[in-house]
Amino acid sequence: MDITPDTIIIFQWNGIQINATIFYTWVVMALLIFISWLATRNLTVGPKINRWQNFLEVIVGYIRQQVREITQQNPDPFIPFLGTLFLFISISNLLAIIPGYQPPTGSLSTTSALAICVFFAIPIFGIAKKGGLAYFKHYLEPSIFMAPFNVIGDFSRTLALAVRLFGNVMSGTLIVGVLLIITPLFVPIIMQVLGLLIGQIQAYIFTVLATVYIASATRVENKLEKNEQKEGSKEDE
Amino acid sequence: MSSIDIIGAVSIITAGITIALGSIGPAIGEGMALARALGAIAQQPDEANTITRTLFVGLAMVESTAIYCLVISVILIFANPFWNYVLSQVG
Repeated sequence: MDITPDTIIIFQWNGIQINATIFYTWVVMALLIFISWLATRNLTVGPKINRWQNFLEVIVGYIRQQVREITQQNPDPFIPFLGTLFLFISISNLLAIIPGYQPPTGSLSTTSALAICVFFAIPIFGIAKKGGLAYFKHYLEPSIFMAPFNVIGDFSRTLALAVRLFGNVMSGTLIVGVLLIITPLFVPIIMQVLGLLIGQIQAYIFTVLATVYIASATRVENKLEKNEQKEGSKEDE
Repeated sequence: MSSIDIIGAVSIITAGITIALGSIGPAIGEGMALARALGAIAQQPDEANTITRTLFVGLAMVESTAIYCLVISVILIFANPFWNYVLSQVG
């Protein structure tokens, strides 16, 4: 039994091996790009909009509203990154209803790559918003002795993001595999449905956590609010 | 017992203990968090959106410890490095 799609080789050419993770990542990417191209082909601001544009407007509008509620800021700078994260993870988990498809998020390589993107996005957004000095000053809070723990916290939350998504998706496919041996009738289907639900929840949670981290890095503090902010930032960790 | 028997037995027993102990703590924690959140929603139904979102994020964080245990026990059973090493030595 495979616990990761990395070991499944789809095809190889001149010694370059394309495994299932890379292949299905490309499938998901192609699907996302194709749907976006289809929907944005003839955009209109008139009252008669076609159904693809309507569909995409609902999704983008809902993501914007969620990000605005969490960050309490203008969501537009974060939408391209966070929206892509959510749509990619969501689609790659949703396509598990197609037989033979291996979700690329069930591989630690994919989830590590996504978590490393978040790891670098946090200081980029923070420095762009507050400036380098003000951003790195938050490592020295509440006192200079806490600086190592703040740095460790940065790495451990990246690791947690990667392993959480990998563990949830991997356990979904693994449970179905085990149940196929014990009770091959009906029960695996119910667990598959539960796996779809868990996949969507994990896509939501990954995006919300990335949003919370970015929001805490880009929050501009006032002198008056500082005491409240300190209590709030403890809860973020 | 040869070393291959010891490694096999210890791996299986440890995998079981890992997932058993590792699921107790997060289960209690999630139950308490859920009970508090339900109480809060009952008191303030208007804030249900915020409470639900915070609850989901918190549950995911609590649950990640259980997921770590699951990953460790799965590695012990399906991709055990010591087992593979012993197998390569034997034959």
